[in-house]
Amino acid sequence: MGEFKVHRVRFFDYMPAAIRAMAFNRRTERLALARADGALEIFNFADNYFQEKVIPGQDGRAVEALCWVGRRLFSAGLNGEITEYDLENLRPRYTVEAYGGPIWTISAVAYSLSGCVPCQVGCEDGTVKMFEVLEDRIQFQRNLDRQKGRIISLCWHPSASLIAAGMMDMIRIFDVETGKGVGASKSKEVVVWSIAFLSDHTIISGDSAGKVQIWDGLTGTLARTHLVTKWDVLALSDESSLVAGTSEGTVVQFQFLSSTLDGQNKDWVRTRTFKNHSHDVRALVHTETAVVSGGMDTQLVVRPLLDKVEKNTQESAMRKMAFPHRSLVCCAKKAGLLLFQFPDHLELWRLGESDGHGNPGDSLPVKRKPEKLIQLKRKGEDHICCSALSPCGGWLAYSTVTSFRLYRLQNNTISITKVSKLPKDLRSAHQLCFSTDSSRLFASSINSSVVVVALNQPECKYLHTLKPKSGEQQPTTASVSLSVRLQLHCTVPVYGSCPTAIAIHPTSSNLVVVHADQQIFEYSLVQKEYTEWSRRLQKQGLHSLWLERDTPITHVTFNPKHPAHIILHDMFMFCVIDQSLPLPEAKTRLFNQMILRSLPEPMRILHRHAFKMCKTFQNLMCVRLLEDHSLVVVERPLLDIMSQLPAPVRQKRFAT
Amino acid sequence: MVEHGDIRVVHRGGSKINSREPVVTNDSRFLLCASGERVKVFSTSTEECVHDLRGHTDLVTGVLLRPTNHLQVYSCSVDGTVRLWDFTDGILIKTYDIGYPVYAIYASANHEGVFFIVTPTQSDNRSELFQLVAVHLPQSGDQLVEAQELSAVLSNVSSNPAATGFGRGGEYIASAKGLHLEVYFFKKQKSYRFSLKEDNKKGGKNTLMCIACHPKDDCIATGHEDGKIRLWRNFNHKKEYTYTTLHWHHNAVSSLRFTPEGTNLLSGGLESVLVQWRYNQESERDFLPRLGSAITHIAVSPDGTLFCTSHSDNKITIIQSCVKVSAVIQGLVNGESVRTDLMVDPRSKSLVLNGKPGHLQFYSLQRDKLLYNLDIVQQEYIHELGLQQFEVVKVAFDAPGNWMATVEERKPKAAEPEINLKLWAFDEQTQSFVLNTTVSAPHEAQITSMCFSQAADGQTSMLVSASEDGHFKAWQLPRSACTEDEGPSWSCDFVGDYRGLAPQCCCFSADGSLLAVSFQEVVTVWSPASWELLTTLSQPPKAIRDLCFGRLGCSKYLMGTTASNLLCCWNLLTCSLEWSTSMDVSLLLSDPLTENMAAFCCQAESTDLFVFKPSEPRPVASLKAVCSGKVTRAVFAPREEMLESCEESSQWLNRSQLYFLTQHMDLMTFTTKAEEDRLAASSKQLFIDDSVAMTPFYLLLGKHRKQENQDSLTRLSAELMPLPRGSLAIKELLQSPAHVLPSTSVLCSMFVESLLVSVADGSEESKHAEEEMESEKEEEDSEGEMESRTPRPEPASPGLQSAESAAPALTKAQLKELRRVKKLDHGWLADLLLS
Repeated sequence: MGEFKVHRVRFFDYMPAAIRAMAFNRRTERLALARADGALEIFNFADNYFQEKVIPGQDGRAVEALCWVGRRLFSAGLNGEITEYDLENLRPRYTVEAYGGPIWTISAVAYSLSGCVPCQVGCEDGTVKMFEVLEDRIQFQRNLDRQKGRIISLCWHPSASLIAAGMMDMIRIFDVETGKGVGASKSKEVVVWSIAFLSDHTIISGDSAGKVQIWDGLTGTLARTHLVTKWDVLALSDESSLVAGTSEGTVVQFQFLSSTLDGQNKDWVRTRTFKNHSHDVRALVHTETAVVSGGMDTQLVVRPLLDKVEKNTQESAMRKMAFPHRSLVCCAKKAGLLLFQFPDHLELWRLGESDGHGNPGDSLPVKRKPEKLIQLKRKGEDHICCSALSPCGGWLAYSTVTSFRLYRLQNNTISITKVSKLPKDLRSAHQLCFSTDSSRLFASSINSSVVVVALNQPECKYLHTLKPKSGEQQPTTASVSLSVRLQLHCTVPVYGSCPTAIAIHPTSSNLVVVHADQQIFEYSLVQKEYTEWSRRLQKQGLHSLWLERDTPITHVTFNPKHPAHIILHDMFMFCVIDQSLPLPEAKTRLFNQMILRSLPEPMRILHRHAFKMCKTFQNLMCVRLLEDHSLVVVERPLLDIMSQLPAPVRQKRFAT
Repeated sequence: MVEHGDIRVVHRGGSKINSREPVVTNDSRFLLCASGERVKVFSTSTEECVHDLRGHTDLVTGVLLRPTNHLQVYSCSVDGTVRLWDFTDGILIKTYDIGYPVYAIYASANHEGVFFIVTPTQSDNRSELFQLVAVHLPQSGDQLVEAQELSAVLSNVSSNPAATGFGRGGEYIASAKGLHLEVYFFKKQKSYRFSLKEDNKKGGKNTLMCIACHPKDDCIATGHEDGKIRLWRNFNHKKEYTYTTLHWHHNAVSSLRFTPEGTNLLSGGLESVLVQWRYNQESERDFLPRLGSAITHIAVSPDGTLFCTSHSDNKITIIQSCVKVSAVIQGLVNGESVRTDLMVDPRSKSLVLNGKPGHLQFYSLQRDKLLYNLDIVQQEYIHELGLQQFEVVKVAFDAPGNWMATVEERKPKAAEPEINLKLWAFDEQTQSFVLNTTVSAPHEAQITSMCFSQAADGQTSMLVSASEDGHFKAWQLPRSACTEDEGPSWSCDFVGDYRGLAPQCCCFSADGSLLAVSFQEVVTVWSPASWELLTTLSQPPKAIRDLCFGRLGCSKYLMGTTASNLLCCWNLLTCSLEWSTSMDVSLLLSDPLTENMAAFCCQAESTDLFVFKPSEPRPVASLKAVCSGKVTRAVFAPREEMLESCEESSQWLNRSQLYFLTQHMDLMTFTTKAEEDRLAASSKQLFIDDSVAMTPFYLLLGKHRKQENQDSLTRLSAELMPLPRGSLAIKELLQSPAHVLPSTSVLCSMFVESLLVSVADGSEESKHAEEEMESEKEEEDSEGEMESRTPRPEPASPGLQSAESAAPALTKAQLKELRRVKKLDHGWLADLLLS
């Protein structure tokens, strides 16, 4: 696969934020996830769990609860506000003050017959407030009976006429029509962290005493208590199977089973225990086939239930999502600079240098250590959503939801100057990209338009805006080639899965697209059709091991020395696809680099195939090829992230 | 087992009682367990063995209460039979001949006329595959029935009986093997199979060890190798089955049992803690810790009041309602290795060997009972794998049994071994051994051999110990005590060596005048009186392995075996080799009571036994293929009563019995036909129907009582039978606890009255009996009534009444007896009236 000099970069201190809340939309199969820094992420479960959208966070916004109403997403937080999000432009649409102090929970009726959907919030001051969801906003409707103590959790009865509220020491059932409390169940000195209201009027509560309790909602009596943990039960999710997350990191499943096989006398029985987290499980979602959990340890875990899925398939594999499905690192190929994006600042690093020569696999002595050139703090409350560095290293751009900033860098003297005059159309961007000669900046902006700006020494000039014909364009990825096309050149045939990375070949003008379902397409922009290689690949099909990988390809690039080489990487490997070699058969070994190395030369040729994969580097944030043909590999070991987390609940472990 | 004419190798005494799950009877009064070739019936309250159900000719592999009759019990054996017993009387009712070795037996009340057995798939015993087979019981009145109707239910099951179990109402049977759980539904005739993943990275070992089915719910509990317990539910679905995992044990779960109502689950394993899980509230558990050793089986009485746990040290513990250990039935502790030789305590005639860690056990072979454990090491034993702890490696007794010497040893890694020599004096008052002297580091290296001087004159005792450090030391007890408050203690008298060689064995002659010590290939003979080296004998090229002086008439001979497979006999008078023969003797020992010597020879994976007299060239007896593997431990134990066997080949067993330990630590012995006949006769004689053990006290009283009866009845006609069960009143008196009895004055008159045969009473009774005779036929079924109305010369005391109504129903044999007695009674009463 060729040998590279590798810059193994481990100084990117990327630290994801803890997961605070989750909501799953069964109809669209989207999971909304809120992190502790206020950022929202949307995962498409139908499309290989791809992280479709990221709404950057904001200082002071702490999302405590999330809720879907149809395709609309609402959040409520301890700042006492309800926010609806614009999922098209990835920004909050509007914010409504609830006037009840911090909001702990938000809940909407799952299915409503009438046009207006009621939506409820539980507040610190003990009120349950009902809001009406209108076409373009929400409107306060009324308060239910005010209670003493804060409302921690809420759950609608499926009939939408009753609502159960978990409070301090108490569970109260409200009649929605009258707003009166109809029943209450009391327990002692606990916080009812979460509550589930089933159609047979069973209420299941999880509390701070570590108990999952099953109540009869009609009489308000306790039916059964399961002591799950010594600590808090923090999350519950539901009808015939229910999961409870605990602060020791376990997720416990309960199932509504009959004690005898003929099916009478059903009872809630504790069945499985999953231990996938090291810290508190703060958010839980029970989908049709899987348990999705997230918590303080920042990882999103999808654990399929083996009785619901086919065994030994891709669906039955457990997934842990630790890194964002987009690149937070930008690399100036010519200058050897790296730009790291954090939510509230940017870091510019110069790579180290070495002049040593060694055998493959050796680590070379470092002549000049890598150094941090600039740390740039963002302005304003909003977190940085994207950033870019020009290949020559002379320009730096970043954008938040509300503002866009462009800087001119003087590399030799390490000076930075802000470009003050910016075109008006360039107010915010989701994606930024410089052309290879650093003369143009492309920014994907609101309403899926792409703004093109020409960069000259003193100033920058607005050139034009590319507007898509259809509104449906993914604002996720952009990588643009040398020339700017002034009119729409062609439309690439639509594929069912979301593209995770695209790139245009510098010489042959072939567009390479990698999708979330791991398919690879190559499209010739000159002939406006799929290339011969791409057709061959589709005909033969990709290797099953390739398709079973569970992280998406986050970047595609090319090797200028070998035009037939495509370099791509995901979290666990990077791969060089040599288009001149035969494609791997279904039965050949995909990961054959080690074997090839041990074989003699003539045998090696026989066993070669197009996919050359390297797993030497793990937990990859970025793999880039520099101008001098050396490879930059940015790693972020998960253990380092773990070590920076707060200490988990101390548990006595056997034999320690 | 191998038979040689009329000499047979048998398990006799000290068999494992923990090999299979014990069974508690419905009334919780008896505990039945498989023990070698017999089934033993223990009383749960007194721990005494009440009955010995003999009949199987090979190891018993399962005991099971008959679901349709709670007074009968099935037992199955490797000999290919299933036997049905009446355990209250110890009578064999039926024998079903299966024809294949049976490894486990199951039955359910819902499957009438069928029981399920586990047999090898192929007919040869060595096959590793087992199947579960349903056996339809043929309806036949014969004693010996051949079961023909076999139908396979499950193939490839585990031979471990704990791995299979009946589910709720016998609707399904669940069986575990390896990583698979298979559930067979009888109605649907369909089986479901669930598999677990192979051992995973985190150290989970999913191999299923045991199984238990909930009696009321459809829930199967399985125990796993890594200590997890899984509760399976919904197992009539291929995919939607589910299980809960419980984890407390840190080592394999060896036994699981639900209580009869299904409210609790009991589990046990290596931790020797009985864990009680609340069903459906598994986070709450109770523990009964410190049960002594690893739990191998758990049994629960049908009424749920008693739990029984079998332990790896051959012990059954009876626990009352998971709180209190109420009784312990201890068998011969069979550790993984017996480091000491087998010894016989000259006083109690009991077998002495390693027992619990750091202990010596004294086991009475005659009564098949553990007498006591003696703590030798006197240090806490730490239950941890791989820890080097003190072990008792040598033990020796002097001839009258006044002194015992023990050697304990601890071998830390990469360090000198720590050795202690302890001398114990027998204390008449406490009837046990008391530590007299402790010699720490008596030698610098391991002690290879140790023996007491056999001098029977009661003079100074002398102990000789030989060690690998090249010395042998003589230890002596000084005649006069040094101080008054401290008794005399042992001290070293002489240190001997020979050319710097390491001594291997030492042996005193019968009269104690000679000591033979072997230094590799040289045997040195010393005079213990003067410590002179008298002579050396040698038989190169290889080292001496065993030394043994002849006894009685052959005391001039010294026998030795060498590593080059030679058995030599030296004449000490001529100091020359008398004879030698080539045989690979693994163990040589002499019978202290006769001139006989026994040599175990290992040949081609099996052991032969030769019994010979040193003076005669022809062996007294030779038995081929006594057992497989090498025999390294054996002992001659003196008999209580001499046998009078006239046959030449078995004469050597007349005065003492030869016990040996096989490779698998089974204690075996030899028995002659005459002995077996005698035993069989005595077992018929000892026919009792109560839980009272055959204590000497009872026998004395019973005999006495019988005699009395006879005396009083001699006046009556000649054909008069002795009164049936005349000692019943006494038994009643002895059985009931003292605090519930009325005052002695009341009791006395009642008691005496009960012993008298009153004429008036008799006539009344006879009339009564006559009336009864008419109605007998109708009421034949109501056995309880029958019992209470049987004419008996003594008036039934209220206590007796209640005892009898509580007594279990009678068997047919008893009924017959009763009827016969009734007729007879009638006759003699008539006679009486006439006279």
